[in-house]
Amino acid sequence: MKLTDPEILDRLQTRFPGSLEVVPSIDQPTVTVPREMLLAFAEHVKRVEGYVMFNDVLAADWFPARPRFEVVYHVYHPEKYQRLRFKTFVDEDQPLPSMVDLWAGANWPEREAYDLFGIVFEGHPQLTRIYLPDDWEGHPLRKDYPTAGPRVD
Amino acid sequence: MATNDVRENVREDLEPMADETMVINLGPQHPSTHGVLRVRLVLDGERVVQAEPVIGYLHTGFEKTAETLTYQQCNTITDRLDYLAPMTNNLAYVLAVEKLVDIEVPKRAQYIRVLFSELTRLASHLVWLGTHVMDLGAMSLFFYCMREREVILDLIEAASGVRMNPSYFRVGGLAYDLPDGFHEKVQDFLKDFPRWMKMYRNMVDGNPLINERLKGISLMDRETCYQYGVTGPNIRATGIPLDLRKIDPYCFYDEMEFEVPTRTEGDAYARFWVRFDEMYESYKIVEQVMQKISPRGEYATRDRKVALPPREEIYGNMEALIHQFKLVTAGFPVPPGEVYQAVEGPRGEMGFYIISDGGPKPYRWRARTPSYYNLQTMPIICKDGLVADVITAIGSIDIMLGDVDK
Repeated sequence: MKLTDPEILDRLQTRFPGSLEVVPSIDQPTVTVPREMLLAFAEHVKRVEGYVMFNDVLAADWFPARPRFEVVYHVYHPEKYQRLRFKTFVDEDQPLPSMVDLWAGANWPEREAYDLFGIVFEGHPQLTRIYLPDDWEGHPLRKDYPTAGPRVD
Repeated sequence: MATNDVRENVREDLEPMADETMVINLGPQHPSTHGVLRVRLVLDGERVVQAEPVIGYLHTGFEKTAETLTYQQCNTITDRLDYLAPMTNNLAYVLAVEKLVDIEVPKRAQYIRVLFSELTRLASHLVWLGTHVMDLGAMSLFFYCMREREVILDLIEAASGVRMNPSYFRVGGLAYDLPDGFHEKVQDFLKDFPRWMKMYRNMVDGNPLINERLKGISLMDRETCYQYGVTGPNIRATGIPLDLRKIDPYCFYDEMEFEVPTRTEGDAYARFWVRFDEMYESYKIVEQVMQKISPRGEYATRDRKVALPPREEIYGNMEALIHQFKLVTAGFPVPPGEVYQAVEGPRGEMGFYIISDGGPKPYRWRARTPSYYNLQTMPIICKDGLVADVITAIGSIDIMLGDVDK
């Protein structure tokens, strides 16, 4: 992918000194953001840096490591044609701030992460299961969830 | 108000009653919802107060399944996401894995990938054109579109062996070389296609049905597109020439000459013509790419650690047999890392995000399917419209439920 905004990581690190961790990546600038700073970081990225276009929110399970979940945000700069990825790590009992106020499109992907991983997003307007029925037990994309469905003994 | 005008009386009866709303479920078994989409409508008379899509009826857990398959096997899942445009799904996936493994794919294979991506786009747009216009009430165009789509599916079948879920692109190149006589078949298609397009244009251009049902309906503005991550023809109908084939070229798209049709109105009418004009551009690309590919040649990388050796080689060469056995039973290891690769599908940005932990199976396999994000705008574009316009909206954002529900 083309890199039209190569100084973005330097600028972000000057703005948030000492708290961001740059992840070496083969496709687009990537940073890890501490959970507490996530909302402030996202606001800065959207309002100051101009990454106004939403792309995706997704999670990954690193069971049995701690913190367990990695939540990845993909955003896009529609004028510079530049992508940016930022991620954060959370545990099962830790909620994350919802991005719906910043990027309305985060609504469904966050519900999906809640449905399939059990990650709670605070401030989400309607945090219910999106794919599975409401009375489903467990979160299928977790690594400790059996592929053949819940075990029946 | 008593009046002799019958029409006036009826209108008065239809006036919405104050504070009375009704909840209606549209779907999931409604033919105009293009699959199993359920829309929960809150209606005030004929007017939509709230339209909320309820999805998940087609959820098959592709992302979980993919974690149990090797990288080559995952290819078959990608076909089934957006089953009207399987080739672009394949393409996004194989490009993502190729980027992780870092392998070179022969130029001819890349051109053939472009060829089939554009043929798929044409096939997908033909289905959209037929069904969308049928939703509005015009029946006959649907039959022509399906007939012509069959010609394209025949081309896909000739190359890959199947019509619908081809899995023709593999990591490292293509599954097989082009069959004998393929070039002539494509030339026949290219000869006929402008005539068909002219016929379609005659049927829809200036058609009062199209004009009155689409103009000013289901408006989507630029800000909504950015907010929701709307891509493809939907965002191009708001005046933004966002097309990954131009701004982030893959597979030598930068060598092709084509325009990116845009409109500025952002309504269903604009989306209609953006898609319609796109079909001409796809046709132009197919024409150009046919000049560049030879009937026979390299179709996959020679890296036997990734791509299967050809059949003849397996029968006579011990090394090839071992490679084939290893690839089929265990797959190939992919270096640890993460990658996101997107291509321009018929419905927008089709992307794959893959995390590898170094093994032969993906650790996390995420499909960024365009319809999922496009459909999220439904509450906005349907608000305060009529029930009939909800059907128009569903057709005009061109959703694919296999894509939405994954």
